[in-house]
Amino acid sequence: MTVRFNKETFRGDYSFRNSPAAIRRFPFPFDRDEYMYSVNMEPHRAAGPDDSVFQRRFDVDEHYLSEMEDRAITLAGDPGRCQSLPHMRLAGWDLLELIMTSKAEDYPDLFQLTRDRDRWRWVNRPMGIDDSFTFLDDTTLPFGPMEYITRQTQGDFAVLDHREGNLWMDAGMVTSQADWSLDFDIGMNFFEWHAPVPRAAEMGIFQRALKFLLNVRQDSPARRLNWTMTVNPRLDTSPETYPEWGPEKRSLTVKNVGAKQFLRVELQSFWRLPRSNALAFPIRCYLCALEDIATVPKWGRRLHRVLRDLPEDLATYKGFAVNRPLIVEYLSQCDDGKPTSPGIYPD
Amino acid sequence: MTIAPSASLFASRPRHAPLQARPCTSALMIADEPGIAALLSLAAVVPDLMPRSTMLICAADADAIRALRPARLVEIGSPAELPAALTALFADARMGLQVHIAGGEALINQALALVQAAGLPAGAIQTEHRGSPARRMQCVHCKTIAEGITTDPYDCPGCGRSLFVRDHFSRRLGAYQGVCVDAETPGILPEVQEIQA
Repeated sequence: MTVRFNKETFRGDYSFRNSPAAIRRFPFPFDRDEYMYSVNMEPHRAAGPDDSVFQRRFDVDEHYLSEMEDRAITLAGDPGRCQSLPHMRLAGWDLLELIMTSKAEDYPDLFQLTRDRDRWRWVNRPMGIDDSFTFLDDTTLPFGPMEYITRQTQGDFAVLDHREGNLWMDAGMVTSQADWSLDFDIGMNFFEWHAPVPRAAEMGIFQRALKFLLNVRQDSPARRLNWTMTVNPRLDTSPETYPEWGPEKRSLTVKNVGAKQFLRVELQSFWRLPRSNALAFPIRCYLCALEDIATVPKWGRRLHRVLRDLPEDLATYKGFAVNRPLIVEYLSQCDDGKPTSPGIYPD
Repeated sequence: MTIAPSASLFASRPRHAPLQARPCTSALMIADEPGIAALLSLAAVVPDLMPRSTMLICAADADAIRALRPARLVEIGSPAELPAALTALFADARMGLQVHIAGGEALINQALALVQAAGLPAGAIQTEHRGSPARRMQCVHCKTIAEGITTDPYDCPGCGRSLFVRDHFSRRLGAYQGVCVDAETPGILPEVQEIQA
């Protein structure tokens, strides 16, 4: 597979674009015409069409280099977006190993890993990196192991310690988040960091999800899709920078809603790490403008029905209640009332 | 012991139940002025716990506590002295210690963060809220901590932004999260409300 990498921005002039191929492989999160929380876990293994985002363990797409540039900008302005409590050092090495071995196997033309016992050489061709280091020796890398590898991997990463029958958000690289703060949440357990989510606790979602996650085993990763709405293709929608992007939420009009309103999908996956017994929790963000979603008739119809019928408290939590009338009006043009086929893929 | 599942478990916000006696080798009780009443209530139920208890009191008058005849009474003049006092007490602490914290949210949050940082498990710590509902807040934008916040929204002493009080609490920071209230509509502020306990 050859990937052509876009030169684009996720802030300022927002030059981010999806190619037609990227639109077709967008992980549309709705498998039916309605949405409610569920423990929607499934094994993280190859699924869907040949170029689906589920084909490889850590999907690399046309936005790779630009996303890594955006991460570097965010980190330069706020180093607190990457933190690791002292006991998570080993988990950071676990994560580095997982990503390097997966990418080298899944994308041999882009990444190479050569290992001679603890002497490792990592080549990242797209980013022009060729580093040799000693595995488990922090002094041989320019950053801590988690920061080093996640500066080269799309998506946010939470690394969760497993103790006292709970998961603890004790390390992470978080620069493309849907309005949550690693700096505030670090050290919290599974229930604490989910406290602002409405309704799901009462539904028993968190207890069941935690039970599932505590039992994720090595070599059997799991995944789920989550979603929200974002105005402009902005990765860094953090609470820290809310005064920067908040006003943009009120800039939607009938004319620009199709181009400026994005469906934001998180491909979340869960990986047991072998030495630390921690759980790696990558949160990969995909963005797609409503006008691009509308090029897939099934998705346009379905998204209209899902957003039109979503309970108000969920729309408020996901931060688009104020724009919902505009969005639903726009999408109604895509909905001819015909039935939609089951599943998330285009017809 | 299993804890019955209930929605109230799923909150980062601390829930302060009345203090209870639990089996322990010794106890550390931390209270401010309004919190003293909670310790007196506990002492009335389990007077035999007092000779095994160290009292750390931040109040003008600790006579009521002295009358309980605790093993040790440490008085401090202000919350700023709490970290050093706790460090000294933990240097002598043994396995099986139970910690009871009673008072305003500011004291509870500060003490809780310190006690947890010292490594005590959650099951060895209890809190009971007494007195003012004032909260300790962290501005998510400039990270300034503001003590004793009684209104929502409040003005951040660090960056000056008007912040709303998000119902999201960090035990590590001992603070709630403050978020810019007019980010989407600069200058349009909601009516200021008193924070309820």
